[in-house]
Amino acid sequence: MKSFKDLYKNSDNKITGIAAAPGIVIGKAYLFSKEKLDINKSPITDIDEAIKNFREALKQSKKELNKIFGIAREKMDEVRAAIFEAQLMILDDPILLQNIEKRISDERVQPEFIVSNEISRYQELMIISHESYMKERAEDIEDIKRRIIRNLQKKRWQSKIEKDLIVVSESLTPADTLLFSRQETRGFVTDHGGLTSHAAIISRSLNIPAVVGTHDATQLIKEGDTIIVDGFNGYIITDPTEEQLVFFKEKQNKLLELQKGLEELKDRPAITKDGREINLEANVDVTGEIDMVITSGAKGIGLYRSEQILNELGAFPDEEEQTMIYSKLASRIYPRSCTIRVFDIGGDKFRLVKYKEPNPFLGLRGIRFLLENVSLFKTQIKAVLRASENKNIKMMIPMVSTLDEVWKSLKIIQECKAELKKDKIKFDNQIKIGIMIEVPSAAVMSKEFAGEIDFISIGTNDLIQYLMAVDRGNDLVSDLYQEFSPVVIRTIDHIVKSAKQSKIPISVCGEMAADTLAIPLLVGLGLDSLSMSPTTILYAKRIIRNFEYKKAKILAEDCLLCKTEIEIQKKVKKFFDDNNITRTRNII
Amino acid sequence: MMIEKTVKIINKAGLHTRPAATIVKLAAKYKSEFFIYRDGMGINGKSIIGVMTLAAEIGSELKLTFDGSDEQQACDEIVAYFERGFDEL
Repeated sequence: MKSFKDLYKNSDNKITGIAAAPGIVIGKAYLFSKEKLDINKSPITDIDEAIKNFREALKQSKKELNKIFGIAREKMDEVRAAIFEAQLMILDDPILLQNIEKRISDERVQPEFIVSNEISRYQELMIISHESYMKERAEDIEDIKRRIIRNLQKKRWQSKIEKDLIVVSESLTPADTLLFSRQETRGFVTDHGGLTSHAAIISRSLNIPAVVGTHDATQLIKEGDTIIVDGFNGYIITDPTEEQLVFFKEKQNKLLELQKGLEELKDRPAITKDGREINLEANVDVTGEIDMVITSGAKGIGLYRSEQILNELGAFPDEEEQTMIYSKLASRIYPRSCTIRVFDIGGDKFRLVKYKEPNPFLGLRGIRFLLENVSLFKTQIKAVLRASENKNIKMMIPMVSTLDEVWKSLKIIQECKAELKKDKIKFDNQIKIGIMIEVPSAAVMSKEFAGEIDFISIGTNDLIQYLMAVDRGNDLVSDLYQEFSPVVIRTIDHIVKSAKQSKIPISVCGEMAADTLAIPLLVGLGLDSLSMSPTTILYAKRIIRNFEYKKAKILAEDCLLCKTEIEIQKKVKKFFDDNNITRTRNII
Repeated sequence: MMIEKTVKIINKAGLHTRPAATIVKLAAKYKSEFFIYRDGMGINGKSIIGVMTLAAEIGSELKLTFDGSDEQQACDEIVAYFERGFDEL
């Protein structure tokens, strides 16, 4: 059996694009090409006739759009259907229509030329804007323009295609996407378009796998070809080999099984019996895990351990390479968000740099290392910023122990933003910057830290290790590594209260969140966001759905009074028994 | 007389398609002329395609002008809609 890499990543019959809507489909390609607009610019003599034709074309266009708007409202929520409502309003836009009619009578040329010329002016204004969604908006306007012109030319509307095909097109308008979905279209592939394109949004909301922005898929794929579309990774396999077919069919089946087994929980919220919703996010080490994140029903990525990239590459990637990695991550997880923790190097993790330290865990790691290597830090910050264009990225700083480190980091981030602005590179100027609290000094001062940053995430692994002064990898003392120690519970309680006082989001992203036994206690302490390995999410959800927040709060209050770990463990176990919660996990 | 007002975009998604449509619908109810200015460029607020050309993200400021017999009512209703963050807060 060949490896995933051979079959897939390194195969030469692969087209790469942006993963716009998740899922895997194998099917026949249908090449949908837009008719070329041939615009007649010739002069006219009968102005009244021309204006009559123009109004007739508007009427016909409205009829078509009303039909689409009807389907949209039936298949999608009201907010998404608004895309079509706005298009309909354009057909009634008093200013636009007045201008067009005036120009027809003043300039005495074919209405189709005036329509094209007039609407294009607005599109140009949209295209010069810096916001990425404005380009998409210009595409939507293109649809209206073409619709009016087609009706002026009295050409028919192609709204039906054969069933069960994968539509391959240069670009797709929201209307195309929606109409094709009625023909049980199995997937979409486009040359142009991004994640925020309305076509991408619509395919996501209709659960049709889609890969967009491939640049040349329409050149490489021929009508009737069997292709594989991987909407998780943004790949298309053309002319697949027998091995690839077997591989993807198997993957399809596995995904189907996983979905079936946990389906009932996947789309339900992680909500306590008395209605408190807990935001469950995923911890991610490698980009390959994202299929799992999406399938698990996670609300986003709560912790992306970026230093794993160094592990994979064995060297520090430059700004371009990092931007590519983070952008891909951001687009694959979109519209969910992803918290990227900047390189946490040092300690037990990476020894790329030649420092000989007698006590690496108390040495130059996390933010300490980055502040010593500012150019490296800046490279990463800029890459993260550049990937934040779609506003679904947050940045998190690890191993903070003093306020000074936070101030220095924020200043460097500001510098990076200014440099990017100078180079006219787009990024999310409002990107949220948070810290990981895993050092006791930061825990004690959490109130002051909370006033400086946008969010806090508690890293329990290191926090426990530093609080208890114990190396959990050392068998001689590892029994002192106590997750349920009163010290740990009280420290978490203190950090949660500090964050709430400053009204900033707080979460736990250490392994403690994945210990299903700890969940009621963490929820009771007031945490409403937990990040854990994707395989644990559904189990955590099952537990959360089986107790009341009210009772968990009482449990937490009880535990805060305990003196030993054993007392706390007893109380927690009793809580599970009293509430009839079974702890099953690791089925996946 | 003409009323001039500066408003700030306060909802997360900015002036996207849905609020653009609502603003135009509100403006259509009044006789007064209504213009929206961004960075010196003016757009007729009764034109949906015009309002859609405005890229206004959170934090950006727009100047609104109202001119006509019912300018005060038009101003009150439209400015209130901006101040409510397009009902998306």
